Amino acid sequence: MDITIQDYLNILPLIIIAAGILISVVIEMYAKNSEKILPWFSIVIFFSAGYYALFTVNSQSVLFSNMIVTGGTANIFFFLFCFGAAIVSLLSIDYLKKAGIYFGEYYILLQSAVLGMMLLANARDLVMIFIGLEQMSIPFYVLAGFNRKKHFSNEAALKYFLLGAFATGFIVFGMGLIYGSVGSMSIDAIMTKFGDVSTNAVFIIGVLLFIIGFSFKIAAFPFHMWVPDVYQGSPTTVTAIMSTGGKAAAFSALFIALSPFFGDVSFNIFKPFLSALAVLSMLFGSIVAIAQTDIKRMLAYSSISHAGYMLIGVTSGLASGTAGVIFYLAAYTFMNLGAFGIVSMLEGENDTNLKIDDYINLGKKNPLIAGLLSIFMFALSGLPPFAGFFGKYYVFISAIESGMTWLAIVGVISSVISVYFYLRLVVLMYFKEGNEGINPTVSNTALLGVVIAALIVILIGLFPGSIIELISTFVI
Amino acid sequence: MIPIEYYLILSAFMFIMGVIGVLTRKNAIIVFMSIELMLNSANLTFVTFSSYLGNVTGQLFVFFVMTVAAAEAAVGLAIIIALFRNKQTVSIDEINILKW
Repeated sequence: MDITIQDYLNILPLIIIAAGILISVVIEMYAKNSEKILPWFSIVIFFSAGYYALFTVNSQSVLFSNMIVTGGTANIFFFLFCFGAAIVSLLSIDYLKKAGIYFGEYYILLQSAVLGMMLLANARDLVMIFIGLEQMSIPFYVLAGFNRKKHFSNEAALKYFLLGAFATGFIVFGMGLIYGSVGSMSIDAIMTKFGDVSTNAVFIIGVLLFIIGFSFKIAAFPFHMWVPDVYQGSPTTVTAIMSTGGKAAAFSALFIALSPFFGDVSFNIFKPFLSALAVLSMLFGSIVAIAQTDIKRMLAYSSISHAGYMLIGVTSGLASGTAGVIFYLAAYTFMNLGAFGIVSMLEGENDTNLKIDDYINLGKKNPLIAGLLSIFMFALSGLPPFAGFFGKYYVFISAIESGMTWLAIVGVISSVISVYFYLRLVVLMYFKEGNEGINPTVSNTALLGVVIAALIVILIGLFPGSIIELISTFVI
Repeated sequence: MIPIEYYLILSAFMFIMGVIGVLTRKNAIIVFMSIELMLNSANLTFVTFSSYLGNVTGQLFVFFVMTVAAAEAAVGLAIIIALFRNKQTVSIDEINILKW
């Protein structure tokens, strides 16, 4: 099989990011003020790769001995990762100075993690899923512990590393069993032989181990125990990309691996397991978030419950469910990035200003920030007309279509519970007497990033129909 | 020839030992060693199936797993050292400023 120029053009986003990493390493080595150059360089890299990916979304192809696919949903994920990471780079510029970790390496690691996410999203082979997963996870372990003089950051890195590697063990062993029963690691081969192996116990156990491993990565209950600690301890901008891009990439891999099952009777074996994960994550995340006093921990529990909502779409096993989850991920990426962006803006030196009570009276002291944060909170809680509402809507519809109305009902109950803790923040910002609370100093670059995220959230909320249509055309 | 089941039972046993080690041991380095045991049990599975099926993909994948495990070990041990410099301990029980 010949490799043509067109093939290279199709994987250009990957090449751009990979070249960006190498050039960044050289800049870091030779430039004196690399920490000033690298953020803008990485923004250019992310933006050009993301824009190109969106531009070539229609050129679908399968490349390199069926190892990777390009175009379609893979490119939509590319766009999410790259724009998310570009916003994170904007947020990081002033945050790193404040946190005392003003180093250029941060952006190299960020680019490496994004390359891993992209490899996960366009994998067509279990080997690629494994390499992409590790290419994403290892930079994240380092980034979580980037503030190496702080106990919080050390501890977050250790917990993330141990549980992440533990999950990798499950994934690799699961892949081993899948390989043994199918005789190949290619998703296409699994699809071809699916009829023979779909009831094979070894194969089923392999897929279950694989799902368990990825449940760690998407932060679903009962595999969530690392999430609050890691999200709280890591530098806030790292948490922002970890909780959005990392989750989206893990979901994309789950879809790739489960795609042979969708529409097949044998998927019923996994339905009870997946729906249990979904229900427990939603309810656990929403209920425990109410009790939190730290805003990063609250957002961490909210991220667990969002993983639950997205799992509803996976459980449905329908194309509409897959499209709904991708839409949800797009909305979630930008609203969560915005929320964490504002947290990183308001955070003081030495991990101060992270309590929910510090946000009291923000509406009077800084109306712009308070307004933006309210948009993200409304969007996260799933109130119309923001993006989050339509994400939940499409996912719940897919559950009803697949005959699991009860799952949609539990989802609605859980989102009603979650409205309480999202809107509590808004109430504290606007309707609290007195003069307590912090006086934030606002960084302009971070504000730009947050405003972009807010605009995207509003745009997705205004035109959900055309976006879901675009996604649906690529989901088989 | 030894039947394939023997190898698979051995690798499943190693995997379960690794999981138990991760869940019960308190020293971060021993937990990490247990994780490596899990990865190596997966490698044994791959090599077994590869030889049994006469298909080379599994053996190739083992090299990927070993490479990645080496990278992971480099990062993981560095994280443990950074923590040890700050806290003078690698015991999971004492690493608790963030509640689990």
